[in-house]
Amino acid sequence: MEFTDKHVMGLKDLLYRMADDLLILGHRNSEWTGLGPILEEDIAFSSMAQDKIGQSLALFEILHELGESEPDTVAFTRNDNQFHSCQLVEYPIGEYDFSLVRHFFFDHADALRFEMLTDTVVEPLQMVARKFKGEIKYHTMHADIWLKQLGSSSEEAKLRMQHAINEVFPLALGIFEPSDYEAELIESGIFAGEAELQSRWLDKITHLLTSYGYTIPVLSDTVSAYGGRKGKHTPFLQPLLDEMTEVFRIDPAAEW
Amino acid sequence: MNIKSLDPRVTRANIDENAQDGVLNPLDHFQTYEVFEQKKRGTHHIHVGSVHAPSPELAMIFAKEQYTRRGQCVNLWVVKTQDVFVTEYTDADIFETTASKKYREPDAYKVIDRINAYKERTKTKSTI
Repeated sequence: MEFTDKHVMGLKDLLYRMADDLLILGHRNSEWTGLGPILEEDIAFSSMAQDKIGQSLALFEILHELGESEPDTVAFTRNDNQFHSCQLVEYPIGEYDFSLVRHFFFDHADALRFEMLTDTVVEPLQMVARKFKGEIKYHTMHADIWLKQLGSSSEEAKLRMQHAINEVFPLALGIFEPSDYEAELIESGIFAGEAELQSRWLDKITHLLTSYGYTIPVLSDTVSAYGGRKGKHTPFLQPLLDEMTEVFRIDPAAEW
Repeated sequence: MNIKSLDPRVTRANIDENAQDGVLNPLDHFQTYEVFEQKKRGTHHIHVGSVHAPSPELAMIFAKEQYTRRGQCVNLWVVKTQDVFVTEYTDADIFETTASKKYREPDAYKVIDRINAYKERTKTKSTI
């Protein structure tokens, strides 16, 4: 099928969503480096944060092939309203329960999205999706085992995790904010769409959280935190960008 | 007064400055697991270190990042350290060997001269 301008715009929007989510969450999660609850977890969580930055780079490279600026320029010179990331990823790390639940919700959505993209018609994206399969599998295993462990731990742990699940759930639904190009993405075989992804994700996390003894907030009573995909962000994003780009801005032309 | 430290983890633990050594809460101090890594299918698992973890599953998750992040690995074992039976260092003399048992070792055989000669002959070839 011949791509029209709208197909290409839809593809770029999809890539920006994915790359920006990974860049922002990778940066956020790296804030735990040196502060993790125990040494082993500190190393594991930091390593996964680095993985996310690497995955975002691979996606920015595809965008570059499609005519967008260099990955560094795209990553470090935009303001918050130019970011397509969902609001979930920009929230501060909070306590470890919040960060773990965000990691669980986000990484399952990410894993399913990449899984759906293993047979996209866009070949470079297909290759990226296959390349990161093992890495992302570990991320979801890590999240699952922590949620399981804490769900069968002390009363305090269960209570805190349930509280975090209730708090993060509406934010996580913001991952699936529809784009303006859903129909084009679906008809062209680029991506099966946000609605399909949300439904697969909901099945997955409902099954897992129930088996760990948690309850999931009722979907129909929840207002999804939309806006991020269209550049509407919380006041948390711009300070993150200022910090992330601090060194880059000293000399944007420097060779690294 | 609680201890205030430059390390936020110490501050967060709310430790009383004058606290005496108390009873350890099992969840405050995880047990350790020994980690064994297999680099290739069919080869031996080799001990690579240990991790602290509250369960074998989390030990596995931690071991993966601590020990296999760089380099090849196809399989991991984790074993509770307390489940490993160990000899006492005071019994280390059982491992001592005496000069009179030399005949039990392969380098005592006469053939060793021929093996060494063969190695010498092939040494130059293998470096090409």
